[in-house]
Amino acid sequence: MHLRSFAIKSPTPMPGWGLSFGIMLTMLSVVVLIPITVLLWRGFVGFGATGMWEVINRPRVWNALELSFRAALVASLFNLVFGVLLAWVLVRYRFPGKRLIDAAVDLPFALPTAVAGIALTAIYAPNGVLGSVIMETFGMRVAYTELGIWIALIFVGLPFVVRTVQPVIEEIDRETEEASATLGASRLRTLTHVVLPMLTPAALTGFALALARSVGEYGSVIFIAGNLPNVTEIAPLLIVIRLEEFDYDGGVAIAIAMLAISFTLLLAINLIQIWSRRRMGAV
Amino acid sequence: MRLLNTLRNKIDKALIPTEAREPRQPESARTINNDTDLNDMLTTQSTYRASFAWPHLVAVAAVGLGAVSFLAPAVSAQTLLNVSYDPTRELYREYNEWFADWWVEQGNPRPHIQTSHGGSGAQARAVIDGLGAHVVTLALAGDISAVATNTGKIPADWQSRLPNNSSPYTSTIVFLVREGNPKNLQDWDDLIAEGVQVITPNPKTSGGARWNYLAAWGYAQENGLDPADFVGALYRNVPVLDTAARGSTTTFAQRGLGDVLLAWENEAYLALAELGEDQFDIVVPSVSVLAEPPVAVVEGNIPDDATHALATAYLEQLYSPEAQAIALKNFYRAWDTSAADPADVARFPDVNRLSIDYFGGWEQAQPEHFGDGGIFDQIYTVQ
Repeated sequence: MHLRSFAIKSPTPMPGWGLSFGIMLTMLSVVVLIPITVLLWRGFVGFGATGMWEVINRPRVWNALELSFRAALVASLFNLVFGVLLAWVLVRYRFPGKRLIDAAVDLPFALPTAVAGIALTAIYAPNGVLGSVIMETFGMRVAYTELGIWIALIFVGLPFVVRTVQPVIEEIDRETEEASATLGASRLRTLTHVVLPMLTPAALTGFALALARSVGEYGSVIFIAGNLPNVTEIAPLLIVIRLEEFDYDGGVAIAIAMLAISFTLLLAINLIQIWSRRRMGAV
Repeated sequence: MRLLNTLRNKIDKALIPTEAREPRQPESARTINNDTDLNDMLTTQSTYRASFAWPHLVAVAAVGLGAVSFLAPAVSAQTLLNVSYDPTRELYREYNEWFADWWVEQGNPRPHIQTSHGGSGAQARAVIDGLGAHVVTLALAGDISAVATNTGKIPADWQSRLPNNSSPYTSTIVFLVREGNPKNLQDWDDLIAEGVQVITPNPKTSGGARWNYLAAWGYAQENGLDPADFVGALYRNVPVLDTAARGSTTTFAQRGLGDVLLAWENEAYLALAELGEDQFDIVVPSVSVLAEPPVAVVEGNIPDDATHALATAYLEQLYSPEAQAIALKNFYRAWDTSAADPADVARFPDVNRLSIDYFGGWEQAQPEHFGDGGIFDQIYTVQ
């Protein structure tokens, strides 16, 4: 009875339910569900679980997967901290050029990632503007090391946290902070116990988006990474190498491994989000 | 059917520039034009094929279809898609112009030739996945063979259909070093010395890089060294493995990384011409490879006899003295020097060039060296 009412009758009094639900389902199927189903089908049915495990269970593949997820986590954590800070500055302070900087945050979205990769490599290469300075002062190479991969991923993930947190900061009532102050809380306590908890759900969403984006990033990383097997070889490059060998099954196997790990990570982040929302209560 | 024809005309207008379109004819006199896949889709294939065998039957069908008639053969501009690899961009731009003129001189309408460039392996994959190439002109015979075995659109004996293993031009691998050759790198054994940085792309993703690797292997074998050790030592001097040849050229030339770039001879000369002769020198090692970038007609993508004639002529004319001169001018080592500028020929010093047969042919070399778990992978196996 319940199911039937779900299928036929609109569950809400809002008009246009059937049409919009149909469009949503069609779009999602064509763009997301069908391609992913085909991928999984090809892997599990076409190639088989044992075959896939044989492809994945090798030191070089593990090293690449570990590198990809480690670099994505580092870059997203960096973006989480500094993205919140950036959003805070953009909302709460007034300064000349604010609009310009606000617009600049979106640049990583607009720029083709290959262009970003080449530009970053040019700057951070041992003979580049920043690369040469870092080389002289710290004796460290940035481009063609894991550090270079972090920088590329920080670049592509930057807008996500800023853009998810920004509207939430705009919504916060100043009175809440003032109330906290009048009740005798220090500035630090107000920040950690009043402001940050309100930002947590949005910041986590931004973090998850940035993470998902950087795990699969290929275009920009490939130019700055150096691509040495076991050292700076990312998992998406291994997939491309498989495809170059016309080994579609091998490519599918690594892709499914990445999908599984990403899914687990995103699920964990979602659970943390639910937990933090509950903790926030009705606020 | 009327609706389809209207649609077809609309698409036709949108896709084909006005000057290339055939003069507009009355609807009743419009001919079936099956040059393009689009038309194949709209007029059923069987109807068209049958039109020569059973005209009466088709006449009935044509009456049924109403708008379609088959009075004259198609006279619209023919199109040809050449799917090629990266460094041939300049070569085919020049050759396409020459060939179009030549084709017109033979009494044909001016053809519309398109060329697509990219990494050789990626281009082969695109054709396997359905890109409608009429001819392929790739870096490695292995890539064309992959199209042949995976799709059956190219006959298995394709490489014997044109002279010189179907390779109208060849190239070799040379060293590009910094001006004045500060580390005095003369031959392959200088490259494995400590402190020398070698820039070469990843042979897993770059067709040219496979030749680099094999050239080093051949040198070691010719000089009684253990080739696997030698190649391993060479790749331990490689600080960056770019995914494609152009990427490596950028790393070496623009980022200032490395002492020597292993490059296609034509790419090395192109780098000299474009980045300045005062920055780099070309060093030709004692042993290198005879790289044969082959060409083939993708029979399975040819819609009709006219296109087949065009595609075949396009590849055959690559061997004409004029085309060979164009190849030489673009820094390829071509076979026929009769029409070439002597300066273009004199540019190339003699070098002991090992062909792929020396390594057992691609069928053997590809899996042995570059396959999954092959010798190249073993260099990077974790100890």
